[in-house]
Amino acid sequence: MSSVSQYFSGLFTGIKSLMLGMSVTWKELWTKKVTQQYPENRGTLVISDRFRAELTMPHDENNEHACTACGICQMNCPNGTITVNSKMIETEDGKKKKILDTYQWDLGMCTFCNLCVLTCPSDAIKFENTFENAVFTRSKLMQQLNHEGSKLREKKKEPLIPKGE
Amino acid sequence: MVLNYSQPLEISNLTSWLDSTLRGNLSEFWALLIEFVLVAVVLLTAYAVIALILIYAERKITAFFQARYGPNRVGKWGLLQSVADMVKILLKEIVRINRSDRFLFFAAPFFMIIASMLTFGAIAFGKGLHAIDFNIGVLYVTAVSSLGIIGVLLAGWSSNNKYSMIGAMRSGAQFVSYELSAGFALMTIVVLAGTMQFSTMIEGQRYCWNIFNGHISSIIAFVIYLISGHAETNRGPFDLPEAESELTAGYHTEYSGLQFGFYYLAEYLNMFIIASIATTVFLGGYMPIQVHGWDGFNQIMAYIPTYVWFFGKTAVLIFLSLWVRWSFPRLRIDQLLNLEWKYLLPINLVNLLLMVILVLTGFTLTGLFPGLF
Ligand code: SF4
Ligand code: SF4
Repeated sequence: MSSVSQYFSGLFTGIKSLMLGMSVTWKELWTKKVTQQYPENRGTLVISDRFRAELTMPHDENNEHACTACGICQMNCPNGTITVNSKMIETEDGKKKKILDTYQWDLGMCTFCNLCVLTCPSDAIKFENTFENAVFTRSKLMQQLNHEGSKLREKKKEPLIPKGE
Repeated sequence: MVLNYSQPLEISNLTSWLDSTLRGNLSEFWALLIEFVLVAVVLLTAYAVIALILIYAERKITAFFQARYGPNRVGKWGLLQSVADMVKILLKEIVRINRSDRFLFFAAPFFMIIASMLTFGAIAFGKGLHAIDFNIGVLYVTAVSSLGIIGVLLAGWSSNNKYSMIGAMRSGAQFVSYELSAGFALMTIVVLAGTMQFSTMIEGQRYCWNIFNGHISSIIAFVIYLISGHAETNRGPFDLPEAESELTAGYHTEYSGLQFGFYYLAEYLNMFIIASIATTVFLGGYMPIQVHGWDGFNQIMAYIPTYVWFFGKTAVLIFLSLWVRWSFPRLRIDQLLNLEWKYLLPINLVNLLLMVILVLTGFTLTGLFPGLF
């Protein structure tokens, strides 16, 4: 192609593609707005199930959880966010046993990497998508995940959280 | 006082009444002085108000192009958003930059705002709403609007900041290049209209706007003027003087508070000025749509005040500019200069010649169909 025809074809394809671009944006102008009007639409807001907002320890109806206080999550947390406090008790048949006393999680230090959930051998913890975590003081970010008076679920029939979730 | 009953909504009724009362009660000197001050105050206020409206409109339309809502929290539909922003900018501290050239740093925003104010004064907002009307109006507008670039270059130079400097140099290269095209495009229409005075130019477009009158040639000139005007105002896709990702904010990086406000205001107003010059020169300015022979229709159209026509036409052009801005990605500096020197300028020169031939051979619409247009 000679340079002259190249010049003109370049000019006209240029104009054509600019027109095409403008027609695309013209259509975009009339599309539905996607902005979430947050506080107003709290009722209808859909947050993905996989969104990691808050670490929780699911308890069943008998106030029992699955945490064996093994401390693996605490060791795997890159930020030192989790503190597992265990205590020794003596069971009825005279055996010593380590059970969970308090499970502390600091929201303010968590990077939501999910490593704790992945490494927990008992699937005792999981992330919830409850995202409204704003508080006024930092101390409120420290959360205790095991409920008051809860205890370890005795025989593991089936995990509370199905594998792979 | 003679009220013009055929056009009761015209502001010129008010101004001519004011003029006659002042002249009736005061000496010529004082009457003129008061009128000058009034005109200045009105223009300054209009300048600020138009800028606020433009900022709001731009943010809204931008948002719509991106499937967002835009500002909608301050006031109904966010109408007070730009007022709130203005108050914020007025309250901000003006930061002094160490080792900057104090005097030039301080003077630069004024160059920008004065250049844009001077051009603003030359706009015909409506019949009789026209502060500066020389017989060389087009030349005046091109001359004073290019003063603004001095403000940009000074800002870049005096800030003692590499980013500002690069931004200012880019802006300079861009402005000098595109000023040429804008000037030639206006020249093309001057050839067609046979005058450089805005008021005569507008009167001449009563039945046939220049963009139709010169058909092919006018339309090419119109498109070129819009492109180069867009480039002169440093707006996307030609916003590389302030390319955030490369230069933080370009030449006004170091400015804060009101000084930054000046640049911000001038940028928006320049968009308005370019649109209104294009309206005046190509789209018949404040002239209502008039058709030869359709007297009833003409009457109805003329009933709509001229400033409404002016602002309506200008708004359409501003929308066009926003549409372009949010459609295309930013150009590289070499692409930018290519576009100007390899495409727009040669086309423009040929177009100017074409227009001269059209006018001389009488192939304009008014020349071809003298009764119709
Ligand atoms: S998500 Fe990561 S940072 Fe947060 S508690 Fe678990 S392991 Fe630690
Ligand atoms: S949550 Fe899981 S990993 Fe952490 S201490 Fe309890 S059982 Fe061990």
